[in-house]
Amino acid sequence: MTQEPNTMPAPKRGVPLWAQILVWIGLLGLLGLLAAGLLKAKNPILGVSSAVPDFKLTLFSGYEYNGAPEVKLSDLNGKVVVVNFWASWCQPCASEAADVEAAWKSYAATGKVVFLGVDYVDTEPEARAYMTKFKLSYPNGPDMGTRISQIFNRNLGVPETYVVDQQGILRFIQIGPFQSVTEIQAIVDPILAGR
Amino acid sequence: MKTKKILSFTLYILLFSAALIPAVKVSAQQPTPSDDQVNAIARQLYCPVCENIPLDVCPTTACHQWRELIRQMLTEGKSEAEIKQYFVDYYGARVLSEPPRSGIYWLVYVVPPLAFLAGAYLLFRALQTWKRPANVSIKGADQSSPPGSEPVPDKGSNGAGDDEFVARLEEELKKRK
Amino acid sequence: MLAQFGFGVFVLTFMLALFGVGAAVVGYFSKSDRWVETARRAMLLTFPLITLAVITLAYLLVTRHYELQYVYSVTSNDMPFYLKITALWGGQAGSLVLWSWLMSAFASAVTLRKWERDRELLPWVIVVTSLTLAFFLSLSIFYENPFARWWQTTGGDFVARMFAPAGAISFTPSDGQGLNPLLRHPGMIIHPPMLYLGFVAFVIPFAFAIAALITGRSDDRWIRLTRRWTLVAWLFLSLGLVLGMRWAYDVLGWGGYWAWDPVEIAALMPWLTGTAFLHSVMIQEKRGMFKQWNMLLIILTYALVIFGTFLTRSGVLSSVHAFAESAIGPMFFAFIGITFVTSVALLIYRWKDLRAEVEMHSLFSREALFLLNNLLFMGVLIVCFWGVIFPLISELVTGQKVTVGPPFYLRANGPLFGALLALMGIAPLSAWGRSTFKTLGRALWKPSIPTAIVPVVLAILGVRNWIALVGFTLVAFVIFVTLYEFWRAWRKPNLKLTRRDQGWLIILLIPLNIGLLVWIFLDLSNWLTPVIFMLLTFFLAAIWLLARRNPRRYGGYLIHLSMVVMAIGILGMDVYQTTTQKTLAVGQNIQISGYTLRYDSLAQFPYTDGRIVTRAVLSVFKDGKFLDKLYPRYDYYPDGQPMTIAGVRSTLADDLYVVLVNWENVSTAQAPFKVYHNPLVNWLWIGSLMFVFGFLVAAWPERELEKGTGKI
Repeated sequence: MTQEPNTMPAPKRGVPLWAQILVWIGLLGLLGLLAAGLLKAKNPILGVSSAVPDFKLTLFSGYEYNGAPEVKLSDLNGKVVVVNFWASWCQPCASEAADVEAAWKSYAATGKVVFLGVDYVDTEPEARAYMTKFKLSYPNGPDMGTRISQIFNRNLGVPETYVVDQQGILRFIQIGPFQSVTEIQAIVDPILAGR
Repeated sequence: MKTKKILSFTLYILLFSAALIPAVKVSAQQPTPSDDQVNAIARQLYCPVCENIPLDVCPTTACHQWRELIRQMLTEGKSEAEIKQYFVDYYGARVLSEPPRSGIYWLVYVVPPLAFLAGAYLLFRALQTWKRPANVSIKGADQSSPPGSEPVPDKGSNGAGDDEFVARLEEELKKRK
Repeated sequence: MLAQFGFGVFVLTFMLALFGVGAAVVGYFSKSDRWVETARRAMLLTFPLITLAVITLAYLLVTRHYELQYVYSVTSNDMPFYLKITALWGGQAGSLVLWSWLMSAFASAVTLRKWERDRELLPWVIVVTSLTLAFFLSLSIFYENPFARWWQTTGGDFVARMFAPAGAISFTPSDGQGLNPLLRHPGMIIHPPMLYLGFVAFVIPFAFAIAALITGRSDDRWIRLTRRWTLVAWLFLSLGLVLGMRWAYDVLGWGGYWAWDPVEIAALMPWLTGTAFLHSVMIQEKRGMFKQWNMLLIILTYALVIFGTFLTRSGVLSSVHAFAESAIGPMFFAFIGITFVTSVALLIYRWKDLRAEVEMHSLFSREALFLLNNLLFMGVLIVCFWGVIFPLISELVTGQKVTVGPPFYLRANGPLFGALLALMGIAPLSAWGRSTFKTLGRALWKPSIPTAIVPVVLAILGVRNWIALVGFTLVAFVIFVTLYEFWRAWRKPNLKLTRRDQGWLIILLIPLNIGLLVWIFLDLSNWLTPVIFMLLTFFLAAIWLLARRNPRRYGGYLIHLSMVVMAIGILGMDVYQTTTQKTLAVGQNIQISGYTLRYDSLAQFPYTDGRIVTRAVLSVFKDGKFLDKLYPRYDYYPDGQPMTIAGVRSTLADDLYVVLVNWENVSTAQAPFKVYHNPLVNWLWIGSLMFVFGFLVAAWPERELEKGTGKI
């Protein structure tokens, strides 16, 4: 009980090292998470000139590709792939559907271009009605679990179309409906020619 | 001859009717599920395209289609679990009102109780430390009663009366640091 | 012209705020009073300047200056005057201006007080408040500028900028888009300002805490100085949350008041730490303990305020509530990074200086129970925080979105809130310092007896749900404890009335009761309501006088009481809400929980402000007796946005809530209706009124209390 008032009292512990490390890791982790979240929010769409990750599209019954009921993007290496997202409840999709089908027909014989229709969060009966109405002959399938749309656009809307070249690189993004068949061809032809 | 004809005709009719029975049975399924039955499942699901809106109150055309889909599946006799699984397969895990208990999603259920228990443990340890009598003495600094007066415990009733004194004491001490 | 003026004032204020920061830092390190005084004056000057800018913006809103993007987006020709004023905070840009204005107002109010005793804290308080102000101003200046105007570029696009892009010509739309119909409701009008008042007021205790950390003060002076701010911040945050609940219930049309939406949770989280802080500082004032913890709590509260504001506005989270994605995300992120890292570093640096001689004698003492209270609040906080950021984490790792919704939160938070309910009953009966299981038990047994009867009575009445049984028993427990405490206060001698008390009683009670008597005479048939009100005024006056012995203590009890009354509403809704939906032809019935509703008619007509109203009429019967007519409707606004207004019949026992389902086919021949039966929901709103009364009792300025003689 005999300490002078002007000496430091018994040494007090600061924050133990393990606690400090934990706190800083937690804080930096949180900041990192927010930064990543912000980046994702700013760039929801896959960038042009980036490689498109592989995905598998399970086709509606009645459609097939090379005899199989499903098609993988990796199987289509060497061909230009036009991925078109649509839904039966989407008005603008209906406005472009005939044009997309006509464009497909113009390329079908060459065997160098593949059109893939991806039905985004839809119900099968209505989707079938849509496909029958517009006589879609290219492979169509539902986007199971929205996995395919998440690859291209975190906040996908319909209609959207993504054109992938023969090496699997994304070359063109179309948000919203096409206005004509020639518009589609003007996009696909250069890529087909290798430019 | 005529009897035979009538008999065979009757047989055909009977066979034909017998063939119809399964068809009649099939069409006499459950009556159309009511809105309440549909909503009982819809309110456990979220709209796949809108943000955070439960399926039973979502106003869009697409949601209307999904509720009709639920109604159709109920008519076919599908169970609630089957319907929910269908929605997850088609539209992703986000349609459920909480993450499925698989894979990384286990973390969402496990972390809060663990953190709470960790906090409770820390609190327990802290209480233990504080209950030990004050061996590590803090003589005259900080919030103890003036030296030489009553022992440190039982500060209970002093309340704010000390604080004026203590504040001045601290300012004194700081000046000497 | 005016827009450029407003923008110029903003820029001037921004520079002034930054100057204030610099001057305060220089003043502190060179120990120059003159510099600190300069900083103080700079801070004071920001307030009239921002007020000028706000008035300018309000004027522009009211006078249809649609060439400004913000005015265009939130006002329109057919909006009434008062709505145009409230449109000030109807959009992102305007609400940020409101934030800045409030920050300046509060910081100025704090700077105006006498600073002789705490001179060394002043510079850092100015630094923290000015930095926060400068940050929010920078958002308005560089990203969300309410004074930006429409231009048509040479390419034909329409852009909104402050200054003309090269070659562009100014463009003035003839009419505005108008305020989102959902925001044209009284609840929505005052809910944002209330929340912002709460958020911004918490910056003040935080500023003092940081000042204390930087200057190395280890006493609790900063807590005493900011006690009133903490109380006021907490009051407004609580009210803001309740108003949000009321608005959601009235206008969103899904018969509920809380959806555990990320944005709702973002506003709840600072309230959780704020409440924990409110309790914990009582221990510090009383026993000198937990300084480190209190520092941590106020830093957390401020951090959660900024974090919540960030989440709502940056587009990182998806939510019905969230503002549209905007460019302020990165700027906010930088501010969060700086403030979080600085605060944590400071706290770690000063940790050991804050250590006090802590004497905890008993696990049953009030201090220990307060700590348990804090632990439970932190538990709820962790559940909420984790639930909000987990979808972010999950999406980054798996690429798939996932939803964390009500089942998760209810299951996790239910037991925690239940434990808090129990604590609200036990803690008032505990004692500071030494307390044993026996002493606590002796205090508790009396209220426990009637409490034990409650579940039995409920079971006899048919309640089988265990959540309801436990919940209502805990509610009853707290009610009995509170009544017991008040009864004990009543029994104590010396309940004197000071002259001031007598004066206030006369001024308030007598005119009020004369008015009520007049009401009775004017309408003799309806005498019950005014008589109940008269009894209520005397009852409240009696409670007020009782509470004067120790306003903080008894006011606190009243606030707890109001919380459990709200819990009655919450339990009723969460456990017993039912709903049904059916398409009815005219004359058909829909039934729910003993009520029968008959579809009578449908009408469609235009309203004065251009909306088309579709309204149905239903008659409500119970046991064959006609009760009421209900008028559910939905309005279509000129810009095509619909708003559903439910027809509601409210009683103390329940609400009957009918929605005209506008997304199915509606015609005069048949219409779909959704009916909710919401038992006990009005106790939520009654509880919130009680909360205001309790708060007034607890926080009403007491001359005697300022000297610190109040006991808890």
